[in-house]
Amino acid sequence: MEAGISRPLPGIEDRHAVPIRLTINGVERQLDVAPWTSLLDLLRERLDLTGTKKGCDHGQCGACTVLIDGRRINACLKLAVTLDGADIVTIEGLAQGDGLHPLQQAFIRHDAFQCGYCTPGQICSAAGLMAEGRARTRDEIRELMSGNICRCGCYPNITDAIEDVLKDRVSEPAMPV
Amino acid sequence: MRPFSYQRPTGIAEALRDASGGGVRFLAGGTNLVDLMRADIERPTAVIDINRLPLGEIEETASGGLRIGALVPNSDLAYDSRVEVRFPLLSSALLAGASAQLRNAATTGGNLLQRTRCYYFYDLATPCNKRDPGSGCAAKSGLTRIHAILGASPHCIAVHPSDMAVALAALEAEVLTTGPSGDRRIGIADFHRLPGDTPQVDTNLEPGELITAIELPAEGFADHYSYLKLRDRLSYAFALVSVAAALRLEDDVVAEARIALGGVAHKPWRNPEAERLLVGRPAGRDGFDAAARVLLEGSEGQGANDFKIPLARRAIVRALEQAAAATPQSPTDKRIR
Amino acid sequence: MAGAAISRSGIGAPVDRVEGRLKVTGAAKYAAEFNEAALLHGHAYASRITKGRIAAIDPSAALAVPGVLDVLTHENRPDLPLLRRHYQDEVASPGIPFVPLWSDKVLFAGQPVALVVAETAEIARYASSLLEIDYEEEPHETDLKEALHRAAAPWRTRKGYVRPKSRGDAPTAFEAAAVRIDGEYHLMPEHHNPMELFGTTVVRHDDGRLTIYDKTQGALNSRNYISKIFGYGGDEIQVLSPFVGGAFGAALRPQHQLFLAVLAARHLERSVRVVMTRQEMWSLQFRPECYQWVKLGAEPDGRLAAIVNHAVTNSSRLETYTDNIVSWGGMLYRCDNADLEYRIAETDTMTPGDMRAPGAATGVNLFEIAMDELAYAAGVDPLELRLRNYAEKDEMHGIDYTSKALRECYAAGAERFGWARRVFEPRSMREGRELIGWGMATGIWEAMQSKTACRATLRADGRLEVATGTADIGPGTYTMMVQVAAERTGLPAERIEAKLGDSTLPYAPVQGGSWTAASTGSAVALACETLRTRLYEMARDLPDSPFASTGIDDVRFEDGEVVRNVDPMNKRMRFEAILEAAGCPELKVEETAKPGMISMMRKARNSHSAVFAEVRVDEELGVMRVTRIVSACAAGRIINPKIARSQILGGIVFGLGMALEEESMMDHRLGRFMNHDLAEYHVPVNADLFDVDIIFVEEQDEEVNPLGVKGVGELGVPGTAAAIANAVFHATGKRIRDLPITIDKLL
Repeated sequence: MEAGISRPLPGIEDRHAVPIRLTINGVERQLDVAPWTSLLDLLRERLDLTGTKKGCDHGQCGACTVLIDGRRINACLKLAVTLDGADIVTIEGLAQGDGLHPLQQAFIRHDAFQCGYCTPGQICSAAGLMAEGRARTRDEIRELMSGNICRCGCYPNITDAIEDVLKDRVSEPAMPV
Repeated sequence: MRPFSYQRPTGIAEALRDASGGGVRFLAGGTNLVDLMRADIERPTAVIDINRLPLGEIEETASGGLRIGALVPNSDLAYDSRVEVRFPLLSSALLAGASAQLRNAATTGGNLLQRTRCYYFYDLATPCNKRDPGSGCAAKSGLTRIHAILGASPHCIAVHPSDMAVALAALEAEVLTTGPSGDRRIGIADFHRLPGDTPQVDTNLEPGELITAIELPAEGFADHYSYLKLRDRLSYAFALVSVAAALRLEDDVVAEARIALGGVAHKPWRNPEAERLLVGRPAGRDGFDAAARVLLEGSEGQGANDFKIPLARRAIVRALEQAAAATPQSPTDKRIR
Repeated sequence: MAGAAISRSGIGAPVDRVEGRLKVTGAAKYAAEFNEAALLHGHAYASRITKGRIAAIDPSAALAVPGVLDVLTHENRPDLPLLRRHYQDEVASPGIPFVPLWSDKVLFAGQPVALVVAETAEIARYASSLLEIDYEEEPHETDLKEALHRAAAPWRTRKGYVRPKSRGDAPTAFEAAAVRIDGEYHLMPEHHNPMELFGTTVVRHDDGRLTIYDKTQGALNSRNYISKIFGYGGDEIQVLSPFVGGAFGAALRPQHQLFLAVLAARHLERSVRVVMTRQEMWSLQFRPECYQWVKLGAEPDGRLAAIVNHAVTNSSRLETYTDNIVSWGGMLYRCDNADLEYRIAETDTMTPGDMRAPGAATGVNLFEIAMDELAYAAGVDPLELRLRNYAEKDEMHGIDYTSKALRECYAAGAERFGWARRVFEPRSMREGRELIGWGMATGIWEAMQSKTACRATLRADGRLEVATGTADIGPGTYTMMVQVAAERTGLPAERIEAKLGDSTLPYAPVQGGSWTAASTGSAVALACETLRTRLYEMARDLPDSPFASTGIDDVRFEDGEVVRNVDPMNKRMRFEAILEAAGCPELKVEETAKPGMISMMRKARNSHSAVFAEVRVDEELGVMRVTRIVSACAAGRIINPKIARSQILGGIVFGLGMALEEESMMDHRLGRFMNHDLAEYHVPVNADLFDVDIIFVEEQDEEVNPLGVKGVGELGVPGTAAAIANAVFHATGKRIRDLPITIDKLL
């Protein structure tokens, strides 16, 4: 069942709609989507999952980063229709109930955000980065987090937060990502 | 975005059949095509989602090289252990491009088909022969800082934005395609075009023709290579100039050399003559500089991009030095070795 | 901050942001994220010419798209008030504000000329591409360089403009000076580019009332703007902006999407959202391009004899936007002769707007490059040069500062950076192929306070709400309010809630200029003090009060209790017990904190910084890395050192962008900014940032405002770009006077 903003697909969207099945934050959904609907718009406008942000709509800022089948991807450049069967995790799906994900805790602890608009994308990107296992040094974190622009300029704090969680994970390999 | 019909074939034959009409685009990672459709620059009436085609494998070839399926994501390719060990130049170039997120989505075939980042191409309010053939080139005598110094035409001074393609040019990869007229194997040097008087056509692909794979020959220059990319910030920016350098050395003498440039032309730029010049000579600065001069022969600035000529010359020399010394440029340590 | 006792959550405590959880879980909602089922979406169509008129506009193809409801243009828009004063907002520059869809005239590139309203944003965007518009073009003038000859002193100025005040005879003193430098300095236009797109959601209620979620730095400013134009009464509209995804000045003034969304919502009697695209945000406003000419004359030892500082920026034909560019150099250094002049040139662009540290970011950074040149001309260490010319007073106005710990900034920053080990000669430090340069500069900003009201409400459960109509665009205002309230009431932070971003709350000015901590903080403090007094009186007057026959000085307020200083174990009452005993469901007070106008004119109020930067430049290729920055700041009392550090850090990143990366490039043949996206307008990314070390030096200031705070939102920008540019010179021996210093300028 589709939660979120319930309304029929309007106008030309209805005529072109294609059925798809997505698992979003653990919930399976059957959706009819117009082929030109981006995953980002689907999340924000129809499913009311507005935690995923639109900062440029052209893959140039990283604010819309989500995890698709465990990989970090810019949701603005993915047409939802191409994702039939995919498993998607957004910022709303990272915390386990009241327990924040270690990255979310570290971002708060290190003051790794100001306005907060790029933050969900930064955190999802960091979760993807940890799953990739390619970042060990600060240089590597910086480079591999450069697809997420933070205009408030929190970069060193973001790097600190991620480094902190990476260090903890070495001693606690079972931590979920 | 303009409305379009959508199909999601699971077989290649089906995909080709779907693509037989006009106004069709194949959609893979979408990182450039969706961007351009949203900007109303690409206006397909039919989109064929090829993500379900069986083109996602990296396989050994009989000749000792690798065949990379067109749908292999850029990040998977960059981090594939065979590529990292045997073709580190390709791995380096991939990791110098875009962002981690974009590399996760962008595919090998799609990367080759990226379109230029020329400001004017992206702005519908300005004339552009690439976007709107015959309308003129606003870039020429406009803001030219990011434009071509080699191979440009009076009709277009755009450059190709791919990093991967530059490495592939140096590695002499081949592009495998299939289409209405059957299967083809296109040398990377013949894949992209210079703008000439038809800048709207970026490549020598025929309508409805699909990239299925890229093949790397066995020689990966894994001991002596470097991908050096110079840009306006330290990451996540297109190249002002990039150099893929690869050497095979025998007792410090160059046995084989490859140099390809990015950010300077409508296609990755090579000149075998510059490479031949190095062969049989000691791997040193004098030879590198001479090769750079030959490679940049005929280069011409547009004014604001004149700096690219000396910058490219120095970058070529440096990248060759890095390759010779086996100290390739690191994608993460921003100090240039 | 060193200091006396810091309470766990009060002023001076490095607590985490109170809204942190909402932001890291995606629960914080921004203007374009308030959804409802029947929402319509508007897409603004941007003019493709720069100047002229729309001869014809044919919306029929757009209207024919299923799902499109309407296309609003100057031809069919609802009637609007004719007098342009209706469109002026709290922070407008003098002149005629631009109003979208006003007439057939096109005044700048990217001007919105139509609004397509549809069932989804994507349909609206697509339909807008089908609009057919015939333009009649007129020649435009956008190039500031070409317009320099007609630049003139601003004949009308806005609030906050500081008229440059010359002194002595600088031209003569300059000619006679032993050491002289003379240069033209230039800054390219910059765009704010907050991460959140400009968006407004207008929710229309059945009775016609509107709830407006707007991206704004001032909910009251947006409310008043819309009220004036559309004639709404007090409670007919409410503007909300609980979270703002960055602004940096771009959301001080009501922007196009607010007007357009309200226009459409009224016209169609529906709820409407309008979001600008990233590209369209290049048509909102920008930090103006600047040419600055500096001549400095000095004694052989570097002591200044003459400052000649002239500057020109551009403004639009509509409004007179002015910046304070040249006054900073006139204030900062001891010098008897200063010739200061500021002019503007009108161009066919949108009106420029305030962008983080407006005026100072441009003026201080360019001037501080000139100061570095003087240091080299005189052969004096750049830091020593600043110390030799240290001004105890505001040299331009000849008045004292309420406080100025800049000397301490120089000392603390130099020490942390290791400046003493610097070799004076350029190109004297290298490592491998990299030249290493160390540069420094001075930073300065204003410590302003504006009238602000705050309501404090103590509820029956002992929880406190402090509320004011300010914004929190990222500086931590929510947290600051809670900390000040905790300090003043003795309540633990967990029991205090801050409310803001709501036009129904007590008056606050737009958030900007680093004045919020001083203004809102003072208002919160005052309201809490009054609340405390009322609560005490309520407790004292209770039958059998433990506080009978005491004065307020005989009690203290701690951990949610009023406690008598004598016999504290037995004489104490919880806040909620007092309310209950008094039969009072809630205790509500409202207070307004105002700056002392007379004292404001008698003394200068400024924050200061000393910035030190290390760059490493590849000698051959010109690739630059800013490997180290130390910024020592004197900004009065620091309410939250963790968050204040982040504010300075953000300013430093802006400064780094200004020094090396950011420039909006206009093709003057077309009059359009061409690199209008985040791929080609380069702002710093994570890989650009290495070590940044921020120090707050002790600065006690009883006069600047009751809290003693000066604000830290802007202070990171002035000085940073200059320190980097000066480090580039020290590394390479190349003096670049034209920011940003891109790779081509070093070849």
